[in-house]
Amino acid sequence: MIGITSYGAYIPRYRLNRKTIFAAMGWFNAATAGVARGEKAVANYDEDSMTMAVAASSDCLNGCSRKDIDGLYLCSTTLPYVERQNAAICSEALAFRSDIRTADFTASLKSGTTALIAALDAVRGDDISNLLVCATDSRQGKPGSAMEHTFGDGAASLIVGKDSVIAEFKGSYSLTRDFPDYRRIQEERFPHSWEERWIRDEGYMKIIPSLIEGLCKKYNLASGDFAKVVISYPGRDLKNVCKRLGFDEGQVQDNMLATVGDTGSALGLMMFVAALEEANPGDTILVCGYGNGGDALLFEVTDEIEKIRDRQGIKGHLAVKKDLDNYNKYLVFRDLLPVEVGIRGEEITMARMSVTSREGQTLAALSGSRCTACGTPQYPKQRICINPECGAIDQMEDYFFFDKNGRINSYTGDNLAFSWDPPAMYGFIDFNEGGRLYLDITDTDLESLKVGMPVRMTFRRKFVDRQRGVYAYFWKAIPIVDTNA
Amino acid sequence: MATGIKNKVAIIGMGCTRFGELWDKSAQDLMVDAFKEAIEDGGVDPKDIGAAWFGSCFDEVNVGKGAIPLARALKLPNIPVTRVENFCTTGTEALRGACYAVASGACDVALALGAEKLKDTGYGGLPDFGTMLGTENLFYTPNLTAPGMFGMVANAYFEKYGLSRDEGKRVLSRISYKSHQNGAMNPRAHLRRAPSMDVLINAPIVADPLGLFDCCGVSDGAAAAIVVPADKAKEYRPDPIYIKALQLSLTPATGIGHQSWDGIHFESTRIAGINAYKEAGIEKPREEVNLMEVHDCFSISELLTYESLQISPIGKARYDIEDGFYDLDGQVPCQSDGGLKCFGHPIGATGIRMAYEIYKQLQGKAEPSQRQLQNDPRLGLAHNHGGICGSLVASVAILGNEV
Repeated sequence: MIGITSYGAYIPRYRLNRKTIFAAMGWFNAATAGVARGEKAVANYDEDSMTMAVAASSDCLNGCSRKDIDGLYLCSTTLPYVERQNAAICSEALAFRSDIRTADFTASLKSGTTALIAALDAVRGDDISNLLVCATDSRQGKPGSAMEHTFGDGAASLIVGKDSVIAEFKGSYSLTRDFPDYRRIQEERFPHSWEERWIRDEGYMKIIPSLIEGLCKKYNLASGDFAKVVISYPGRDLKNVCKRLGFDEGQVQDNMLATVGDTGSALGLMMFVAALEEANPGDTILVCGYGNGGDALLFEVTDEIEKIRDRQGIKGHLAVKKDLDNYNKYLVFRDLLPVEVGIRGEEITMARMSVTSREGQTLAALSGSRCTACGTPQYPKQRICINPECGAIDQMEDYFFFDKNGRINSYTGDNLAFSWDPPAMYGFIDFNEGGRLYLDITDTDLESLKVGMPVRMTFRRKFVDRQRGVYAYFWKAIPIVDTNA
Repeated sequence: MATGIKNKVAIIGMGCTRFGELWDKSAQDLMVDAFKEAIEDGGVDPKDIGAAWFGSCFDEVNVGKGAIPLARALKLPNIPVTRVENFCTTGTEALRGACYAVASGACDVALALGAEKLKDTGYGGLPDFGTMLGTENLFYTPNLTAPGMFGMVANAYFEKYGLSRDEGKRVLSRISYKSHQNGAMNPRAHLRRAPSMDVLINAPIVADPLGLFDCCGVSDGAAAAIVVPADKAKEYRPDPIYIKALQLSLTPATGIGHQSWDGIHFESTRIAGINAYKEAGIEKPREEVNLMEVHDCFSISELLTYESLQISPIGKARYDIEDGFYDLDGQVPCQSDGGLKCFGHPIGATGIRMAYEIYKQLQGKAEPSQRQLQNDPRLGLAHNHGGICGSLVASVAILGNEV
């Protein structure tokens, strides 16, 4: 049996109420009143499609052995690097083996579902047993546009494999069509679109029925055979669209437009994860990814699904949120408003590529060392043990901190240090299993920091060196939020 | 068994420029001004100087690299000139080099001069640390600033000793209040206002919980010392000042990677203090030290230094601070010239500037005369530390006016 063996998701903590956008930009484009409802998820200033991919994948890998992953497909239309494989960066951050297969799937909103089919094809062979597929997007709508309202940020990850399958893969059907609804050429930041009704009626409403018809015909199914249908259609009229496709309201998986927004290539897989969270053994789920054609995939949920209910997933991330009540802050976070960064923001120390390569997972996966003589974890890697009582030489083993929790030993909020969201918060983190690191603290506010506060690690963008074309990523501390509270 | 350098070396000439935002002074101007005062003070012929040590910290962005800037400015004639840099102990390191040279018999007259021209760097505060700990550091260390690191210490200290934020800020402001009172009287000090406690407490936050007045001035300036063997000192002047101890300690970054450091005391300062007291033969520092210049880059740094140097009991410095123990008329006056807080902090010059104040006070020549301590001081202590909290390099110098 092949199929999905695990799932995970990520939605950034900040939510921007669309009324906040409309209050700032509605004067410019009154027509956006129609889309100015609900809220959208917005990446923090130190997040992008890469960091969200690592977060969703970490959620997905909960309880799984990272050494058993044989491949990673990363899917997005907003990958940070055009040249330098993004999946390779993601793979290093997830501490995967180096003898694995990686690829970036990009340029289309259907890249998530296309990669999922490619992954399922791969695990049919003998070389690959487990492959992680992650779809992530942080698309930017131009200020004043409808896309600014509808686009949201998020990511979803699935592991495809042969053992302990939670949703068996039953088949797929794909279509390719050069339908130019959304376009963006090299060097452009904002996608172009075309008249909305044309996109809906000639795009979604023709391609999706063809997909479903193709799949049903291929596998001899009818619309009533699905417990859940995941249609990656980012409109408010999803239910009506599905009704026209012959589905009952109860079959329709919500597209989270009102809570997260259109997450582009991640939308289909995020909706699929949300469906799996509620699915029962025996349920048949139809997943339709859309974009320049589309992909329809058919899954049947197994008993194994009960074993992985501990993901934070979509539900858990929807529950953790903070209102971003300042449109200008949103513009600065997304680098849409030139602000006076001062000499400390201008004078970026040169990022040296030979260093990032040599340090490898020290930087990417927070890999330090542990002294085999006294057991002390330490970071970065040391040759001579840091423990004053030990001092053993060259008796170290690799030790990862990324999955360890700790407590704030001391902290500050620094108004002198440059930050896109001052004050810059950082402190000493004492790890519960030993070791101390100086780390930035994110996704919180100074007022809520306390000595002794429990934290976990999160992968974030540390700085950008535009002169040398470098996005530098590293780990930060984030307060542990009880999602059950 | 090493015997240390107590009473082997004496300072016979010193100079110190005014510190401040000296937009119209070049590094050369500062070095020559400090040097001129020192040779005139000691009656030293520059040709007799056998070796020189030059201290400057942020080399590439201000004074220049190596020892050439000093040799060039002073036209030192083909003698050994060495540049030293060790964060905020840089000035004291220059003095240590000169003293060790004289103590060893390598030369008869040695010069230590520290200079820093921070106000041409373009930064308010110190320049960013960037790759200060090596090129890798850029990728994994937060974008630390000095007030940020000491702000962490302050928050941890408040937490440990149960000080509310308001109580803590009041204690810290009292430290700065005292230094402003002293600095206001000193014509060479950078900051010469004496704001009220309310102004100090309510100043804008630089790095939580430290406000503007918890932070020292970032200044231009230079200071110089000329040292000779102790037994030749009286040939130069009747009131030479003797080196009683010069100690340095650097923790091997234990505090930033190992949980054994509590984050609320300065280990390298503690060790340097113990070693300095031993070298100087001091058994009860609180009773025997008559004045101190400690590294008050931030008010919290001064507070923890009181404790780490065993002047105030651990966790109880606040009571001494509130009692005026460290005020100009207190038992152990501290920062009688205004300290880093008000006199200013051109890093390379700072350690020698502290020695300059102690030198003048021990000679009874502090200017203007209302700054002169009335406790008949015989032993003074200068302390510096710098680097990264958890991995600080610290120096302690003890000077005396009697052999």
